[in-house]
Amino acid sequence: MAEPRTVADPRPAEPAPKPGPAGAPAPGATRPPLRHRLAERGIDRLLLLLLPAVATLIALFLYPMMYGVGLSLQPRSGGIFANYVEFFTDPYQSGTVWKTMRLALPAALFNVLASVPIAYRLRGRFRGKRLLTAILVLPVTLGTVLVADGILRYFGPRGWFNRVLLELGLIDEPLRLIYNYWGVMFSLIITGFPFAFLLVLSYLSGIDPTLERAAATLGAGPWQRVRRITLPLLAPGLATTFILSFVLAFSVFPSANLVGEPADETRVMAIAAYQAAFERYDYTMASTIAVLMGAFELVVIALVLLWRGRLYTGHTGGKGA
Amino acid sequence: MSATGTTAARAAGPAPGFLRRALRAGPFAWIVWGGVAFFLANLAALILSVVVNSFAVNWFDGWLPSAFTTDWYAEAWREFNLADVLLVTLIVALVVVGLSLLFGVPAAYALARRNFPGRQAVMLLLLLPVLLPPITYGIPLATLMYKIGLAGSLAGVIAVNLVPALPFVVLVMTPFIEQIDVNIEAAARMCGAGTRQVFTRVLVPLLVPGILAAAVLVLVRTVAMFELTFLVAGPDSQTLIVALYSAAFTPGIRAAQAIDAMAVIYTLLSATLLVIALSFVNPTQIVAQVKEVNPE
Repeated sequence: MAEPRTVADPRPAEPAPKPGPAGAPAPGATRPPLRHRLAERGIDRLLLLLLPAVATLIALFLYPMMYGVGLSLQPRSGGIFANYVEFFTDPYQSGTVWKTMRLALPAALFNVLASVPIAYRLRGRFRGKRLLTAILVLPVTLGTVLVADGILRYFGPRGWFNRVLLELGLIDEPLRLIYNYWGVMFSLIITGFPFAFLLVLSYLSGIDPTLERAAATLGAGPWQRVRRITLPLLAPGLATTFILSFVLAFSVFPSANLVGEPADETRVMAIAAYQAAFERYDYTMASTIAVLMGAFELVVIALVLLWRGRLYTGHTGGKGA
Repeated sequence: MSATGTTAARAAGPAPGFLRRALRAGPFAWIVWGGVAFFLANLAALILSVVVNSFAVNWFDGWLPSAFTTDWYAEAWREFNLADVLLVTLIVALVVVGLSLLFGVPAAYALARRNFPGRQAVMLLLLLPVLLPPITYGIPLATLMYKIGLAGSLAGVIAVNLVPALPFVVLVMTPFIEQIDVNIEAAARMCGAGTRQVFTRVLVPLLVPGILAAAVLVLVRTVAMFELTFLVAGPDSQTLIVALYSAAFTPGIRAAQAIDAMAVIYTLLSATLLVIALSFVNPTQIVAQVKEVNPE
């Protein structure tokens, strides 16, 4: 950010900084006043508008985060890193990392990959598109608790799902789909899929359809057009969608408690952090787990972004950039 | 605001109707539509089983309960103090919407119009609350709030909900602001309008669709925000979803049907909000940048 900005500012038609009623007299005849020089680099009184938002976030987000990091380094006993050592040496705690990843990664991947063909079919314009999109997006409003409730009823041993399979003779005894890994997985898919679909659909409708038609005139078949034109243009959007879906799935908490097996198989990091804070009142350990949770998530995000950086991220011709 | 874009419209031509298109399409299309149908059928059955159960006298076995009643709704209303809970939910959601718009729209304006040193840092500060799991900053924040005695109060619940809502408003509003021609503002300034007048007379009237969209979306998200509210809410400052979770997580104390009745009420509330939101804004427009390409 340190390069001296010349007059060639990329932003078009910036309103020229007006001298103002109390324009400070220039200190030297050759140098423009400080205010003008600052304004040339984009600093003027307009930036005061940022102040309320930034101050709020610093007070409510940045400061508590720093406080949490500090708290995690002041364990109840032992050296400065004792909490972190304890977390990684206790398999009951460190196992939560794997359990969280085992849920969040496949769920996010599934949601993104399942959205692609559906969004591909739904791009363009046709009657009923708005209705179908709305129906696919509606589960966003269901809320984790209703979904969890519904999963308990519907996928339960006496629920309609098992009943249909039993009647059809596909299974001999009810499948065990709740209070374990699968219950949480279903809930992550039901709440996460609409979100991923919405993002993929908007990225896909941002790709100029004439590009595909141009490919068709050059003799590319449908599969080649998807493989060579659409997918490369869509890939950065897919990476972003994956990141956001992963973020949603990674912070799974209510459903892991309600439809999972919170004592063992779905004891995710959020549960471990919550238990440390509000059941054992060990706020330093809770902060440690919260910090590690953020760290592990950022590692995955960074890896995806690294991969995304190698993709084509230029203009896609449509409204998306 | 047709966000499908002029280019897409030109390519598709007159709308053929997706059913006819599906019939003409190959096996791949059939697999896709089959998958969608399977997902939607299961989802509908899942919701229906909650709704049916909320009307059931009791439902232990069999395809349907033996008898139906609406008593559970009355019981849920009384047992869970739903009138109070709904009032709290409403207050929290509206105050969060108001504050996040008040702080977020000017910030979005500054970010959209100025390129200043440190802009990246501000963007990072805005992105992190959206990217990090709520529990990550929620637990230290709740710890702090317990320390200063803010936890359990309505103010505390509003404060935690601002953390994800404010960046969300900024991120949603920025593309809307970028769409507005700078020359309009320049013209207003030339006619002698100050920054405040530019805002109230020029920008806000032009931004009404964007502001409405952001407001309804924040409303939906705040009503649905579980983790943060759960961490700091006290008995008198519970929102509907937290009350619902507490009831569902301690089974046996309340009748399952009453919990389901409450879940249905919750869903009706947020579905209404979403339908309102969808009538104001095309969902695909929120996430993608809305810069329209000028078709050459």
